[in-house]
Amino acid sequence: MNLRARFLLPGRVWMALFFAAPLAIVCGYSFLTRGDYGGVEQPWTVENFTRLADPIYLGILWRSLWMALLATALCALLGFPLALFIARAGQRKNLWLQLVLLPFWTSFLVRTYAWLFILRDTGLVNTVLMRLHVISSPLPLLYNGGAVLLGLVYNFLPFFVLPMYATLERLDPALMEASADLGARPMTTLCRVIVPVSAPGIVAGSVLVFIPCLGAYLTPDLLGGGKTVMLGNLVQNQFTTARDWPFGSAASLALMLASALLLAALMRSRFAKELM
Amino acid sequence: MKSRALGIYAAAALAFLHVPLIILIVFSFNASRFTTWEGFSLRWYRAAMSDPQLSEGLMNSLIIALVASALATVIGTLTAYGIWKRRANTLSGSLYLSLVTPEIVTGVALLALFQWAFRFFHLHLGLGTVIIAHVAFSIAYVTIVISARLSSYDRSLEEAAMDLGASEGRAFSRVTLPFLMPAIAAAGLLALVVSFDDYVITSLVAGVDSETLPMVIYAMARRGVSPVVNAVSALIVVAFGAIVVVSQRLQQR
Repeated sequence: MNLRARFLLPGRVWMALFFAAPLAIVCGYSFLTRGDYGGVEQPWTVENFTRLADPIYLGILWRSLWMALLATALCALLGFPLALFIARAGQRKNLWLQLVLLPFWTSFLVRTYAWLFILRDTGLVNTVLMRLHVISSPLPLLYNGGAVLLGLVYNFLPFFVLPMYATLERLDPALMEASADLGARPMTTLCRVIVPVSAPGIVAGSVLVFIPCLGAYLTPDLLGGGKTVMLGNLVQNQFTTARDWPFGSAASLALMLASALLLAALMRSRFAKELM
Repeated sequence: MKSRALGIYAAAALAFLHVPLIILIVFSFNASRFTTWEGFSLRWYRAAMSDPQLSEGLMNSLIIALVASALATVIGTLTAYGIWKRRANTLSGSLYLSLVTPEIVTGVALLALFQWAFRFFHLHLGLGTVIIAHVAFSIAYVTIVISARLSSYDRSLEEAAMDLGASEGRAFSRVTLPFLMPAIAAAGLLALVVSFDDYVITSLVAGVDSETLPMVIYAMARRGVSPVVNAVSALIVVAFGAIVVVSQRLQQR
């Protein structure tokens, strides 16, 4: 065995044993039947997949897609101007970028908990509003779809800003000047010049936000309080409380497949270079 | 061109990212148990220090993060170097896939594997299974950081070493490895943070005797109001921030 093969061996073994093999087991389980005591038994069946089309689960699927889509749109609305601002910030670019990245690297759990602290009945918002006598009883800010959406946007905004910034930074300022010289107003330049030429960054950023939002588990769990169930929560529930591993496996595969296909589509498209 | 409006918008977006964490930290110093300010106090930090569950969680988290990040750094560095020598599409593909696989899916899949394997070996869920899982998801992060560094590495340097009589292995250890050192340190710190922070996968593959700090925090946050969680969170934010800044400095070298 040459040096390269020996170097690649540990990575290959680890990924085969603890990434590929677990997924293969989940694939196998998804075609099996739930046993009486929560185990996994024969016969082989495709029932787990047809069950995903039940109205309850279809509802969860749609909710997940819808939440991920909304979160992506909000990240784009919030992130595009931020990226544009940083791209034009001149020498202080790096400082601004660090500021975007820093909360991203502080614990995901802590970031989600921060919103729990702010939004709950005895949280900051409700306490302040009640002290000011704006409201007499706490507003139900937590444990609903809105709180989950807020958490998703908050947690994944940097995923949009970074590729967006990379694209905008490469834009030739002459394009904007030419547009202005030809009499376009700033808003026109933005809509007719900047947005069209930076489309690759918008697409790349959107996919990078959409994928983790679709598979989100912790945010809907903590901020949705079990009321806003998304695919990730369905999977967790089937593997723990409900102990229906075959069905949980089928749901996992559906989730995994959606994420992988989206990424593959992005990698094969002309937008791939925005990710590197 | 409407730069003021853009500036205001950007400031608002940045405030959105930072204010929640700042509020969290400020209220960790609040004397009151409730969300009204009653003066500066360190009582929640003292309470956090003397909480046996938190210290046990911290201990477990540190053991797991140190062992897992060390293993992942070694494996990831070797992997990145191997891929740099010549493409390895299956391995690269599975590393990318591991990055986009939803954590919850990775978690249940590993749980399924472990439960299946326990039929043949008399083992149980615990620190070991958590470490295995953490290494599995950290290798991709390490490989990406090291690969970025290797992309600016001149292949002729190794060739020169070998022309001068060094073996392939010696050329790696004496020429390439020193060049990679800052990136290896950066990747190691990154893996440390990623491992220390993980809740979703950990909670699925941890046993009763291997509760990590995020698991304890999660349970406390679920139970309700406790400024102790704020204090622990503030400490984590500061520690992570420091580690990440060091890691990024190292990557820019």
